Amino acid sequence: MNVMDTRATSAMLYLDGVHVSFDGFHAINNLSLTLAPGEMRAIIGPNGAGKTTMMDIITGKTKPDEGTVLFDGVTDLARLDETRIAELGIGRKFQKPTVFESQTVQDNLLLALNVDHSVRGTLFWRGSKAESERIDKVLETIRLTEARNRLAGSLSHGQKQWLEIGMLLAQDPKLLLVDEPVAGMTDVETHLTAELLKEINKTHTVMVVEHDMTFVRELGVKVTCLHEGTVLAEGTIDQVSSNERVIEVYLGR
Amino acid sequence: MTPHMLTRSLDRGAAIFLAVVAACGILIPLSNLLLPAGSFLQVPTYLVALWGKYVCYAILALAIDLIWGYCGILSLGHGAFFALGGYAMGMYLMRQIGARGVYGNPILPDFMVFLNWQKLPWYWYGFDMFWFAALMVLFVPGLLAFCFGWLAFRSRVTGVYLSIITQAMTYALLLAFFRNDFGFGGNNGLTDFKDILGFNVQAEGTRAALFALSCLALIVGFLICRFIVSSKLGKVLIAVRDAESRTRFLGYRVESYKLFVFTVSACMAGVAGALYVPQVGIINPSEFAPGNSIEAVIWVAVGGRGTLVGAALGAVVVNYAKTFFTSGVLAPYWLFMLGALFILVTLLLPKGIVGTFIAWWESSNEKRTAAAIASAAVEDGVAEPKMVE
Repeated sequence: MNVMDTRATSAMLYLDGVHVSFDGFHAINNLSLTLAPGEMRAIIGPNGAGKTTMMDIITGKTKPDEGTVLFDGVTDLARLDETRIAELGIGRKFQKPTVFESQTVQDNLLLALNVDHSVRGTLFWRGSKAESERIDKVLETIRLTEARNRLAGSLSHGQKQWLEIGMLLAQDPKLLLVDEPVAGMTDVETHLTAELLKEINKTHTVMVVEHDMTFVRELGVKVTCLHEGTVLAEGTIDQVSSNERVIEVYLGR
Repeated sequence: MTPHMLTRSLDRGAAIFLAVVAACGILIPLSNLLLPAGSFLQVPTYLVALWGKYVCYAILALAIDLIWGYCGILSLGHGAFFALGGYAMGMYLMRQIGARGVYGNPILPDFMVFLNWQKLPWYWYGFDMFWFAALMVLFVPGLLAFCFGWLAFRSRVTGVYLSIITQAMTYALLLAFFRNDFGFGGNNGLTDFKDILGFNVQAEGTRAALFALSCLALIVGFLICRFIVSSKLGKVLIAVRDAESRTRFLGYRVESYKLFVFTVSACMAGVAGALYVPQVGIINPSEFAPGNSIEAVIWVAVGGRGTLVGAALGAVVVNYAKTFFTSGVLAPYWLFMLGALFILVTLLLPKGIVGTFIAWWESSNEKRTAAAIASAAVEDGVAEPKMVE
């Protein structure tokens, strides 16, 4: 196993000197970033800055050409596949809400629960009280209790986003990667989502990619701005948004 | 449409289906054996054999629906597993002929004597025992599916590419089984069977028993499929079908699920083939023809993908039509009709016969419920009728 005896770092997530290129295009360029346990970090940056590619690397969808990606100080993520990484405790919400449309809201959460995911385990699965209580709790958190028996495909866009966040909660990972959670949401929904993420952050480490600056401001956490696959600026929202380079490439004057 | 109604109507459909298959499995053989020949209610023996064939096709269709309808694996080579099961049974039946063959060799089947073979090839050993052959009926298709699936699913071959290599697989087997030196009777295949477990395969009683057994196999196969698709594993399969990579990010090993269900499906197809061979009396390489596998997929599409009952129904309906049309003046046009049927179903009934029926049933149910609520509301004076949709 690729688990070292001692922790190389105290960080929950540690990226150092990561490079990825696709057909000569350098999507990620000497990217270094650390996330402390329990931290929530907002990632901003223009389109093509490498935000989604970075999430692909962390979740095992894309393999880095160079560099170190350590999870929880001990596990080298570059050598594992998506399933193994998910089992280790990294959950991901996609940019485009991806829920299982032909199944009910409740079943979507059931599928996400971090219980036995083996073929035998699921074939002979019998629901337990603890499991249904967890699902009830998640449904309440994401305000979908009323819709539990509806097909996920019939939900509104904002509800789908929440369902996907709910699936992350059911998965109960150590680290949550949340890609554009408020895209296409109304102001009220955006506000509620910020509240929800802050609540989640009490017990989980979270990385949020988002373009909506109002939302990022509302989160009130440390911000990292990516540009051309590398870190351009890092700090509080005020520090980052007053950075000359950030204004130039991303925020605009 | 609420999913609860969907499961409820599927359950009712399943109960009706099981009752019909069980009734056929009991009544048709009884009527054939007990009623005097030529009487109005007597099912003639040729029809028993013909319907037995349909039942075997229905099992094959179930196997395809399990992987295609629920897991999104479109196998265009499932005829190969069917044929392999058939060959395993055929080998047993050949060994049962013994010295009664044309050449009277007690060990070697006729075609081997004809080819001047001196001894039985090693892979024919054991097939004189029924239990061994029965085991091979499951094992050979299962093993092939396992190896094929292990390579394909681990390399994440999906969609049309997977369909194409399953076609290639069945075509490769077709060519191999055509060869005389492959040891399975070349293009003549295996035929001229005498008896099975000591009973004459031509006898009415044997045919009736085989028909009843096929119905029993269909029931067991259906129950296995139902158990799989209604378990949590079934939900995972649907998740894989609808959003494969999302399922991976939840921590499911998608390739293991596909491998499991693909192997189960291949074993079912093998059983279907094994029951088919003694009823039609022959197995030859044409069963591996890519067209056969495609035809089987059409049965499932016509009946309704992802409904199980629909797959079995589709197999029977399309094959009944095939028997009807290929025995008349329209015979040369059958393939055109089949193609047209597939296009029409895809365009007009994308959910197939059963899928469309379920959708219609549910929407009318919903209307009825809505109407009941509306009239209740009017009586109570709570709401205007137009307020209720």
